[in-house]
Amino acid sequence: MKIYRKRGMLTAAVLASALVLAACGDDADADDPDNGEAAPDEEEQPDDAAPVTITLAENAIRGGKNTEAAEWIEDSAIPEFENMMADEGVEVQVVFEGSGADDEDYKTTIALDLSTGGGPDVIGGFDGIWVGEFAQADYIQPLEEIHPDSSAWDGWDQIPEAVQENMSFEGQRYGIPGGTDGRVIYYNTELFAEAGLPEDWQPTSWAEILDAARALQQLDGVVPLQLNGGTAMGEATTMQGFLPLLVGTGAHIYDEDAGTWQGASPQMEQVLEFYAAVYGDEELGDPLLQQEAAGRDNSFLMFSEGEIGMLIEGDYLWRSVINPGSDLAPMENRDDVIGWAMIPAMEPGAGVNGQDFVSMSGGGGRVLNPNSDNPEVAWRLMEFLESPDALFERHADDPRITSRMDVNEQLIDDDMISFIAEEVLPITFYRPGLEEYPAVSIALQEATEAVVTGVSPEDAAAQYQSALEGIVGADNITD
Amino acid sequence: MPTTSPTDQLPQGPRDSAGPLRRQSKRRLDPDAAGLGRARASAFVAPAMVLIGVFLVFPALWTLYLGVTNWRLTGLAAAEPEFVGLDNYIDALTDDRFLGSLSRTFVFVIGSALAGQMVLGFTIAWLMRSAGKTMRGVVETLVLLAWILPASVIAWLWLVLLDRRDGTLNMILGTEGTAWLLEYPMQSIIAFNIFNGTAFSMLLFSSALASVPPSQLETARMSGARTLAILRDVVFPNIRGHILTVMLLVTLWTFNVFTPFLLTGGGPGQETEIFPVLIYRLALQTGELGRGAAFSLIMIVINLVIALIYLRVLRERRHT
Repeated sequence: MKIYRKRGMLTAAVLASALVLAACGDDADADDPDNGEAAPDEEEQPDDAAPVTITLAENAIRGGKNTEAAEWIEDSAIPEFENMMADEGVEVQVVFEGSGADDEDYKTTIALDLSTGGGPDVIGGFDGIWVGEFAQADYIQPLEEIHPDSSAWDGWDQIPEAVQENMSFEGQRYGIPGGTDGRVIYYNTELFAEAGLPEDWQPTSWAEILDAARALQQLDGVVPLQLNGGTAMGEATTMQGFLPLLVGTGAHIYDEDAGTWQGASPQMEQVLEFYAAVYGDEELGDPLLQQEAAGRDNSFLMFSEGEIGMLIEGDYLWRSVINPGSDLAPMENRDDVIGWAMIPAMEPGAGVNGQDFVSMSGGGGRVLNPNSDNPEVAWRLMEFLESPDALFERHADDPRITSRMDVNEQLIDDDMISFIAEEVLPITFYRPGLEEYPAVSIALQEATEAVVTGVSPEDAAAQYQSALEGIVGADNITD
Repeated sequence: MPTTSPTDQLPQGPRDSAGPLRRQSKRRLDPDAAGLGRARASAFVAPAMVLIGVFLVFPALWTLYLGVTNWRLTGLAAAEPEFVGLDNYIDALTDDRFLGSLSRTFVFVIGSALAGQMVLGFTIAWLMRSAGKTMRGVVETLVLLAWILPASVIAWLWLVLLDRRDGTLNMILGTEGTAWLLEYPMQSIIAFNIFNGTAFSMLLFSSALASVPPSQLETARMSGARTLAILRDVVFPNIRGHILTVMLLVTLWTFNVFTPFLLTGGGPGQETEIFPVLIYRLALQTGELGRGAAFSLIMIVINLVIALIYLRVLRERRHT
């Protein structure tokens, strides 16, 4: 132990001087040589040459949001990493900064941290669509610039280009992607049976979804369909509600070739009309639930308790929310009761590329904080967390589509996750990773909210059009 | 607000405080009454001035500067904000969301601060005068408890109370399924804020009522005056200064209060988006820091105006 500590000091000294040199050589690093990290060091080890302290943030917290991830990080990943580094003679202490906030609030926190030149060394739970705006704000930097050795990581060969793209901006990698996902319609087979609907169900048009909802409406105390709408649900409204419907009408929110955004087009109105069909007079969905501050969590709870018939969500719901081991809305009988179906286009063949079925995908990952005092060690931690061994351990009981092909081959044996990998990913679409996107997304949420609260689809579309003009300018809109 | 009270009273300050010297005050007072000399006097004042400068004047000026930029939390405009002149302010004054928020804020302030906290606070203080010691202790403890508990705890209690599915209120009233926070959002946050802040008015009115000369009350009662008449002709004239003080403080606090956000998040839609919530949503949720700063400055100005009006009324009252 003593030897390690000495060696650790030596390494730390070498690292420190290397840092100083790096700081001299590179303007980007010279912004803030001394950030908040020094304080915890001194607190933990007041009288010793402090070990290297690395902070790791995730939007995960024990007993709350993404509890499996938090438990894995605290109970096994961190101790293993610390041991591994100690074996190499570097004494490292990893501090976990958990969080259980809504994604939007988490993003705000990170942005504020980074804007002051501080923040955790490794930032997880970083949604791919934030990369553009964070990079343009100079909050994050390409991995290669922070830590040149990062390009030599052998893991990159295992991550498909398209997935790397999730955490890239203008052709440069800003972080290691954690995986991807896909959206489907989940349904409760018990309720379906009660309503006389087939337990093996696959709608081929929006009309068939509405038909199923009408059948479910006959049951007492059941909300037939949960289609996220409104601003309270945040990005979940756009990602799980609006966009999967929009690509089902044959339109993209952003036309890459023309560089224009979708305005108040007929397709836009078709989507809003579907919202009106769900939340209008027939009340196939619960309009109040869309407006509650905790509406999304409540919808999860209701679904897990058999009070919602159909719910459109990503595989996050399956893995993390209604997983029998979850703390959010666990379902003991998940595997027996919950079925899933692909999201149909408005009519067969009406989707983008003439597709019959559509989905939306996203993905996040971890970025390396350019303000880190120890980018070398922080990068080692990122590498470690995305190593096959770590991923196997993390996802043993909680499988998902990771970013690594070598891991996915062995890991995915869960029916639901295989379905996403094999059936949904080939037909899925991604959001534009542009700076304007978050603001456009809010405008879309407001349009759905208007419809949910009784505004006509035409008026909501017109409101959206004027909001969009304020965001991207009238020239960049297709009607 | 704190900046105005000293500056506003400064001209009359020395005269007021120099009570024993009043006879000389026909002539101009020697400005150096303490005999410190300019240099030493400045040295005494300097630390306070530095603090005020660093924590009050500088942030206010900084807000003024940010308000004329398009600074954002993320994106290009975060790295290199551009000067946009008065656009943010012009936007604000023509923006339905801003104007709506402003009128909602006034409804909220009048409903929860003036009509709610002050009237309720006074009523409790008045009733407690004649109540027994135990009764008084219990009531005051309860009211104070609502005041000293952290706002997040209170907000949580209210969420449970008003919950749509298993809420206490729905159980008591038998109104199952009523989503109070969605169907009566403004009423809910007004009730919440009354609950939260009545204690201050109650405390201040209790001590104010203690200062009403018992002889006057007794005389009024002997002449057969009823409660309303006593309040109007004896109590209120005696505690007018206190009423104004409570009014000023409670109005300003309520104007700036953010805790309703914990209950409704500003929703549904924008129905409980009072001014501080609007600024938070704009600046931190949408990331429009420049506009948020401009709105904040408008809010500071409104605060100053309210404070000035009250102080002027207060001073005129003192002069008469």
